[in-house]
Amino acid sequence: MSDSTINAPASLAAMPSKRTIDVVNAGLAKRYRAEKRFRIYGVTAIILSLCFLTLLFVDIISKGYTAFWQTKVRIDVHLDPEVLQGENLQTADYPGLVKKSIRNLFPDVQGRKDRRLLNGIVSSGAAFQIRDLVTANPDRIGSTVQLWVPADDDVDMLMKGHMPRDVPEDERRLNDKQLAWIDQLQREGRLQKTFNRILFTVGDSREPELAGIMGAVMGSVYTLLITLVLSFPIGVATAVYLEEFAPKNPWTDLVEVNINNLAAVPSIVFGLLGLAVFLNFFGLPRSAPLVGGLVLTLMTLPTIIIASRAALKAVPPSVREAALGIGASKTQMVTHHVLPLALPGMLTGTIIGMAQALGETAPLLMIGMVAFIVDIPGGFTDPSTVLPVQIYLWADSPERAFVEKTSAAIMVLLAFLMTMNALAVFLRKRFERRW
Amino acid sequence: MEASQTAVNGAASATASQLLVDRSHRETIGQQFVENPRMTCRNVDVYYGDKRAINNVTLDIGSNEVIAMIGPSGCGKSTFLRCLNRMNDYIDICRVEGEIRLDGQNIYSGEVDVVPLRAMIGMVFQKPNPFPKSIYDNIAYGPKIHGLVATKSETDEVVETSLKKAGLWEEVKDRLDQPGTGLSGGQQQRLCIARTIAVNPEVILMDEPCSALDPIATSVIEDLIDELREQYTIAIVTHSMQQASRVSQRTAYFHLGDLIEVGTTDQIFTRPGHQLTEDYITGRFG
Repeated sequence: MSDSTINAPASLAAMPSKRTIDVVNAGLAKRYRAEKRFRIYGVTAIILSLCFLTLLFVDIISKGYTAFWQTKVRIDVHLDPEVLQGENLQTADYPGLVKKSIRNLFPDVQGRKDRRLLNGIVSSGAAFQIRDLVTANPDRIGSTVQLWVPADDDVDMLMKGHMPRDVPEDERRLNDKQLAWIDQLQREGRLQKTFNRILFTVGDSREPELAGIMGAVMGSVYTLLITLVLSFPIGVATAVYLEEFAPKNPWTDLVEVNINNLAAVPSIVFGLLGLAVFLNFFGLPRSAPLVGGLVLTLMTLPTIIIASRAALKAVPPSVREAALGIGASKTQMVTHHVLPLALPGMLTGTIIGMAQALGETAPLLMIGMVAFIVDIPGGFTDPSTVLPVQIYLWADSPERAFVEKTSAAIMVLLAFLMTMNALAVFLRKRFERRW
Repeated sequence: MEASQTAVNGAASATASQLLVDRSHRETIGQQFVENPRMTCRNVDVYYGDKRAINNVTLDIGSNEVIAMIGPSGCGKSTFLRCLNRMNDYIDICRVEGEIRLDGQNIYSGEVDVVPLRAMIGMVFQKPNPFPKSIYDNIAYGPKIHGLVATKSETDEVVETSLKKAGLWEEVKDRLDQPGTGLSGGQQQRLCIARTIAVNPEVILMDEPCSALDPIATSVIEDLIDELREQYTIAIVTHSMQQASRVSQRTAYFHLGDLIEVGTTDQIFTRPGHQLTEDYITGRFG
């Protein structure tokens, strides 16, 4: 290619009779071919990446969409006044009530082993559901209530078709007897798949049917709030100082080089730093969103600083000259003219940094946010976990039912991410000024 | 092309009557000094790093005059203009030596603050550069930051008078809230001039204000410069020799960092005293 372009003028000089237009026309087809080839490369690249993206989404959604439904069993619970006596409403024998109601459905099941299997059809969460009902409405003690309670995760898996029936009994988690009971319940209309509210309202659990992501979502929200509140102002202030005010000398060069280096430091190193400094030296609480936010701030700052500096550099010098020319001080020039123009770019950088922080797992493992935490955190110092760590924990769990939960959590994380990006696009459009 | 035509005619009549200073002579000739000057520049040197961009320039700028600075590209005329309100301060490698005084006060002395200095010496740039804000805000910004206006009605008045002085009022009075960047090039440049005079400076520096404009917009701005001369002192850098001859009373010719010749515009274009000046105005280079 390059040879022909170099040769063209030479041959032109050698043969003055040949007109430029002929030479150009001769090479034209080749030029167009090269252009077409280049376009094909680009389109191929885009199609390929779209294919992978589709594959990813199809895989996650096909695995995870069933997690948004949950199998429930209708049981008739008699709120026995003898069991539920005045003071000990919190500690009464609710599991006993559940067992009794199930036994009433299958009066002919006898034997300890079979009864235990029978009880296993309903989740242990049913007892908590009754407890909550009773504590909220003590006046209903003595009556019989109809309740939809979560089924055990194995029943759930069977109902969703994730557990094949046609394999030998000893390869199944539900034996033939249990299958018969389940079929009977279904015939009686006592089994139903409803929207899985548990997934979105509670924290983690060892029982898949009782596990929710609200704890992780709130943990992520608190952690990201800390990260945003700290890293945006610090990052923007650093960028403005370095770009607009700092003298150019070896010191500022050193600072600049180190900021670029920090952007490339593996995130787990920031986790170790957080462990050593925030937990061991300052004694901040373990597993807390506060510390997670601080660590992620350290990790996000270089990204925000670099993006903000690029945004400041992109502000045309004519605007600066105009402001200085009518006597604005440097600070006025920056705050009145340069910052508003650079803000959209800074916001983009911040959102990229925040998206990184949202998806970060490794540094948070170091500061203890990987713990099994059932409660939804209520503040910045409550122990909690975050969405990506929750995904990691669930992916690590052996129960079949956690597979769909993992995919569902990934979907929630992606939804979170897309919402953030949409917000960023919206903010950028709002602050953008037309020239 | 018309430019070199008139210039050639003028120079032809001049060469006959007078002996020109040789090309190698780099001391300034002509009338560098005026009575009652507004700005005085003495032995000004400007360095970019080690490179000397302006070499020992001594020049007076008189009150209520328009002084044009001409010369080939890279001769230092823009650099010199930007020294007059210290716009070069923000170029790290730029260093100014010598003395520039505004009404007797050395603007490069330690006590002088650039903020009030630039309120006294306004500047209009080559490319129209209105702020990406409304027309109203473009004008009101300067008076606001300097505290020249306190109330909305005062601001309204400054905006109106400035736009009227810049000859833009009739064209924009109904759309003051629209962005200044939406105006045509010539209107934008007049908006920038209005923005400059809203601060009520004493001197206005113009760095090739018409180079991005068409001839009609140019002529509007030239008329404007002529009117503004009654109130302000104006230093204008231009590449167009007709423009220099149309708008200015005095002309300074720069060549490779040297101030070669200063004189009344009439004299420079009809009887240049220096061979380089003659070469330039007759179109032999530049």
